[in-house]
Amino acid sequence: MKPRYDLAVIGAGPAGLAAATLAARRGLSTVLLDEQAAPGGQIYRAITRSPVKNPSVLGTDYWHGADLVGPFRDSGADYLPGAAVWSVSRSLDIGLSRDGAARILPARHVILATGALERPFPVPGWTLPGVMGAGAAQILLKTSGLVASGNVVMAGSGPLLWLLAWQYLRAGARIDAILDTTPRENWRQAMPLLPAFARSGYVGKGLKLLLEVRRKVKVIGNVSALRAEGDGRVQSVVYRQGDGAEQRLPADTLLLHHGVIPNINLANAIGCAQSWDEAQRCWVPDVDGWGATSVAGVAIAGDGAGIAGALAAEHRGRLTALDALHRLGAIDRATRDRDAAPHREALDRALRGRDFLDALYRPGKEFRVPADDTIVCRCEEVTAGQVRDAVKLGVSGPNQTKSFLRCGMGPCQGRLCGPTVVEVIADARGVSPAEVGYYRLRPPVKPITLAELASLPKAEDEVAAVMHH
Amino acid sequence: MSEPDVIIVGGGLHGCSTALHLAMRGVRALVLEKDHIGRHASGVNAGGVRQLGRHAAEVPLSVASMALWHGIRDLVDDDCGFESHGQVKVAETEAELDSCRERAAQLTALGFTHEEVVDQAELRRLVPSIAEHCLGALVSRRDGAAIPYRTTFAFKRKAESLGARFHEGAAVARVARSGRNWRVETADGVAHEAPVLVNCAGAWADRLAAQLGEPVPLEVIAPMLMITARVPPFLKPVVGATGRTLSFKQFPNGTVLIGGGLLGRAYRDENRTDLDFANVTTNARTVWDLFPIMRSATIVRAWAGIEARMPDDIPVIGPSGTEEGVFHAFGFSAHGFQLGPIVGRITADLITKGASDLPIDAFRIQRFRHTATAA
Repeated sequence: MKPRYDLAVIGAGPAGLAAATLAARRGLSTVLLDEQAAPGGQIYRAITRSPVKNPSVLGTDYWHGADLVGPFRDSGADYLPGAAVWSVSRSLDIGLSRDGAARILPARHVILATGALERPFPVPGWTLPGVMGAGAAQILLKTSGLVASGNVVMAGSGPLLWLLAWQYLRAGARIDAILDTTPRENWRQAMPLLPAFARSGYVGKGLKLLLEVRRKVKVIGNVSALRAEGDGRVQSVVYRQGDGAEQRLPADTLLLHHGVIPNINLANAIGCAQSWDEAQRCWVPDVDGWGATSVAGVAIAGDGAGIAGALAAEHRGRLTALDALHRLGAIDRATRDRDAAPHREALDRALRGRDFLDALYRPGKEFRVPADDTIVCRCEEVTAGQVRDAVKLGVSGPNQTKSFLRCGMGPCQGRLCGPTVVEVIADARGVSPAEVGYYRLRPPVKPITLAELASLPKAEDEVAAVMHH
Repeated sequence: MSEPDVIIVGGGLHGCSTALHLAMRGVRALVLEKDHIGRHASGVNAGGVRQLGRHAAEVPLSVASMALWHGIRDLVDDDCGFESHGQVKVAETEAELDSCRERAAQLTALGFTHEEVVDQAELRRLVPSIAEHCLGALVSRRDGAAIPYRTTFAFKRKAESLGARFHEGAAVARVARSGRNWRVETADGVAHEAPVLVNCAGAWADRLAAQLGEPVPLEVIAPMLMITARVPPFLKPVVGATGRTLSFKQFPNGTVLIGGGLLGRAYRDENRTDLDFANVTTNARTVWDLFPIMRSATIVRAWAGIEARMPDDIPVIGPSGTEEGVFHAFGFSAHGFQLGPIVGRITADLITKGASDLPIDAFRIQRFRHTATAA
């Protein structure tokens, strides 16, 4: 460990691994901070230690993660696993907790590679035990080789849902049904974008995977309403197909998925400017072609700067690292631009077809803007109806719902309810989410204990100085 | 739309309270707020409703404000989350306890009796979870805490119901005389006129004062606060310390607020603050020492609000020293929340009667005339 690094990279997924590797190889003193115990991020989670050894279960795309970890290990970058980064100040002091103690690590440049998180999918009953995100189920599979047993129902929309179904089947698990919530009209929006998608790397793999899943699992399309029911835990899933009558499936596990959105919590708390992305319906930090944000010295690589997938994240990581080298004075602008060319070309290839996926899997309004009795803030058990009532009282944005309803004030600090609260307020006011704005998120972006904070090393004279304020 | 009688710049608690007291007297006020109501200090402060330990000059105002707080529902049709379980200032050493005794004696000499010294047994009865080394405390039993944003919003709503108007997102760009009126232009090009102007602009108030020819040495500060995840109920009063900086209280929902005025960094042009980790740590250690029960508690958020501090740590309240028809109420130096209800009334008195029945000489803006011109 050094007292101060040229570059700190936060997150050891594809973007973080690629960025740290390139920067360290080119001579920057580099540290990679990661909350997990082993590298890989979510997409390549547990790549070095997964108990799932049969490569055909998780698929070749997963095992590509190993191609990033090896070079990283040899790059000379320091690696700090198990490090929860809870704050980054504008002077680039990084607050982190590790083994129960907090410390401040200063850096000259910071790359956030904080990736994506699942978009909240609030339906009645989604807080019942036995209902979980598909992403969480996938983490259990990758890290522990665990799959859900009993009656398993998957519901939602998006590539990850199909990938998990495929991985579940490969792992020998059973899936009773997939309730596909992709709105019919999305096809109309997506069709003009099909040609580019057809030339992309997704299409072959995607079709194969879809066909295999559809052959083995009952897929119910055009699902227009959905709720989980049960006494103490989920026992059944109730849904409608189009305008049809309500139907009911027994379920011990319901896996929900609604696509992924950038994990902007740290970027937001640092103060990086962000904008509403209408295509992906989420808030995205403002970055330039090199991942640079509105805050000097802070860049974002990978899905945290906009969802584009694992391969794109890797290339964006390298571009961000090259810009860090340039900004720290290690290379000139011409060198940066020249060395970036192949990565930019690879990025363009990786992005091909993205628009089609965004359009096709855009979640339907009824699932983004839930009905009145649906809980939106799980921590404080605030319903969509309560948020609408607050709007009637004059609440114009999510920061004010905090004061009125404690919505977004619980332990998750609005990290989970934020996207839904924005959609509900925007819909109730009849304006765009861009106008409604987003929570001002506060550090610590990861909960830390008072003991950890009190353990921060500090000079005696500083204590004396502030005591007499 | 008819022109108002009074234009109030700043939609914090003091601006909203002034609008309410004016509206109660049939005076039409227009509040111009550059962001939204309660966006800064008024929305994010610790919510302490405290007479305890006030500067001598503030004590009469604080006592009068406390009476309003105890009838807050009658005033604004909302209880503002106000609860009165007392405020306690803990003494950790004999020397600190002595200073508590001196303080109580000083107040008695001034004719006030709301602060009293309690021994270790009474301290433990009031605050059973306090660390064993604490020897006693200074206590103000009618003090308490309220919910800041809810309070500010309640004042705004009541004022509005009585005819006050509020324009949010209206940053004041220029102020100038226009005959007998003040002409106030906002950044979006809208102009309003009224014979009276009130400066409740908080951390931005010095800019307005400077435009009116009376610059003041205002410091922009960012006091920090932390909140923990819910823990089982263990504390009723608000607890401070005699020898250190602390404001500590548990909400009815179980979360615990840790504050006390340790500062982060403020960037007022960007409406932003940064935490100062060294100071956050100091705060965490104080709690570690005084409340062993809190050591495993989880901090879920920390923040800092943008406030104004004056060099002598007391606010500016009263008429302008340079211009007719201008009144100031700003610079509350991180302890203005409790004073909100009374300062609105004082300002309304000054506007409608030309005088206040409370002593406000110590808060005259003219006290900075020498330093500001020298600077």
